[in-house]
Amino acid sequence: MDLINAALSKYVYVVTIFLMVAGLFVVVARANMIKKLVGLSIFQSSVYLLYLGPAKIFGATAPILDSDYTAYSNPLPHALILTAIVVGVGTMALGLALVVRIHEAYGTIEEDEIFEEDGEE
Amino acid sequence: MTVLAAQLPALLIVLPLIAAALVALVRSDRVAFAITLAVSLVLPVIAALLLHRALVAGPISYQLGGWSPPWGIEYRIDVLNGFVLMLVSAVAAVAAPYARRSLAAELGDGHATFYAIYLLCLTGLLGVTITGDAFNVFVFLEISSLATYALIAMGRHRRAALAAFQYLIVGTIGATFYVIGVGFLYLLTGTLNLADMAQRLAALPDEQSRAVLTATAFITVGVSLKLALFPLHFWLPKAYTYAPSWAAAFLSATATKVAIYLLVRFFFTVLGVDVVFDRVLLALSLAGMFIASVIAIYESNIKRMMAYSSIAQIGYITLGMALSNKAGLTGALVHLLNHAVTKGTLFLALGAVALRLGSVKLQDLAGLGRRMPLTMGAFSVAAFGIIGTPGTAGFISKWYLATGALEAGEATLAFLIVASSLVSVIYMGRVLEVTWFRPPSPLALQAKDPPLSMLGPIVIFAAASVYLGLDTRGSASIASLAADQLLGARP
Repeated sequence: MDLINAALSKYVYVVTIFLMVAGLFVVVARANMIKKLVGLSIFQSSVYLLYLGPAKIFGATAPILDSDYTAYSNPLPHALILTAIVVGVGTMALGLALVVRIHEAYGTIEEDEIFEEDGEE
Repeated sequence: MTVLAAQLPALLIVLPLIAAALVALVRSDRVAFAITLAVSLVLPVIAALLLHRALVAGPISYQLGGWSPPWGIEYRIDVLNGFVLMLVSAVAAVAAPYARRSLAAELGDGHATFYAIYLLCLTGLLGVTITGDAFNVFVFLEISSLATYALIAMGRHRRAALAAFQYLIVGTIGATFYVIGVGFLYLLTGTLNLADMAQRLAALPDEQSRAVLTATAFITVGVSLKLALFPLHFWLPKAYTYAPSWAAAFLSATATKVAIYLLVRFFFTVLGVDVVFDRVLLALSLAGMFIASVIAIYESNIKRMMAYSSIAQIGYITLGMALSNKAGLTGALVHLLNHAVTKGTLFLALGAVALRLGSVKLQDLAGLGRRMPLTMGAFSVAAFGIIGTPGTAGFISKWYLATGALEAGEATLAFLIVASSLVSVIYMGRVLEVTWFRPPSPLALQAKDPPLSMLGPIVIFAAASVYLGLDTRGSASIASLAADQLLGARP
């Protein structure tokens, strides 16, 4: 019961960990390269939540001084994750470009079929 | 002049970054190469000035945009990363003249974009090394990694794109693990500045040590993926085999070294790792040293053989880290430099072989020693360096590592270091025997040494590997100073 309560009160972490593990599983378990990239993207998104979840303070506002508010949220995690999102987009673009190249060269994007075609490895 | 001197840390990063943007706009290969060469030659001068200042006057702190740490991003240069900055920029400078002919032969004309990507990669590598901010490290790590994937994908073989894709998946998982680890540390300490983080971690109450342990595990696995620690090495042989020769030489000499630096920085300056991690690292290093060397024995593609040899050599470096005494750590840091120089020679020489023969298969290299005497001579010198013959750079590193093992009271370990060198005698010996003592293969008959722009870097690297084996005043004394500071800083 304690465990369930703990899980409910920290549901952000539960979602984060689920996305993290699910994303990583898709990357490892799928042979289709597009699906691998989707998994990678989910995995990266979980990290965004890892930073942003704890950064939220209920009742707090953006750090602009105002007489109505006394509590302010730290803006740094949001800035960091904006950067991380940009990195993620770059990775995805390059990954998809490589998949296009691989499809041109091999005629397939299934890893097992490619290894079959190439013989070794 | 003094105004400029204060801005040197920023210039080291900004110069290659601006040059990359500039080169990306240029269509002519020749102009792109000229800009790249000029920037590559300026960077080691800046790095040398910074290292000198760090040696004489202590750590340099550079505040980006005038925001003081721990709020702003700080570039912090002490002896350790000054040494690594010098290593990366010097390797880049010596190897740069080689690029033009090799790339023209392997990629054909119209490869100007290659230089832009290479400069981005260089920016990223220097950035990871120079910055004192944990998240900034991630950004630079991804700049260099994304550039690396693109460099590898430019290889001619269709497997190059495949190797790059597999590396992209693994590398991104590694970088994400790193960010997860940093996230934990940030939640614990509320700071991203590495020096500040180290202080606050030391002051944490004991009940939070599990979170620190989790962070350590994530960072270790993430960075180990990037530095190809056995058994997380599987991406490396394919990547180096199918990358353009020059890219393989540059990356093998710099990219893994910077990742190792990052691990050293976190283990010794920030986290203060406990005994469990040392034992795990020790076991994996030993496994890498032996298993990768044995795989190298059975390789007939010499580029791939050298890639497996790199994994074994990385094992030596992490072994020295795991010993975490002064001699061991000095050995690890010296081997960063020594391995960069020797493996750089080997890959550059193989690039010259690929240029003349169009192949790096062992049977095609038969009798090549007589046809390309200078190239294969340099290759042989470096091969002895990998084995660790006295008088070469490799010997110095192994001497320190064995001393470190004995000081730690582990005589078996010292024996294993020597034994693993004997395994490298087998694969290097096989290459040397085939190239010098066999009758020439049909391909080797028409071969001759490469043009001067390629031969020069090969010979300079080979000479450096001998010089570093004879005169250790520069390399080993700086490394031992850095080791002293790291061990002193360990909580």
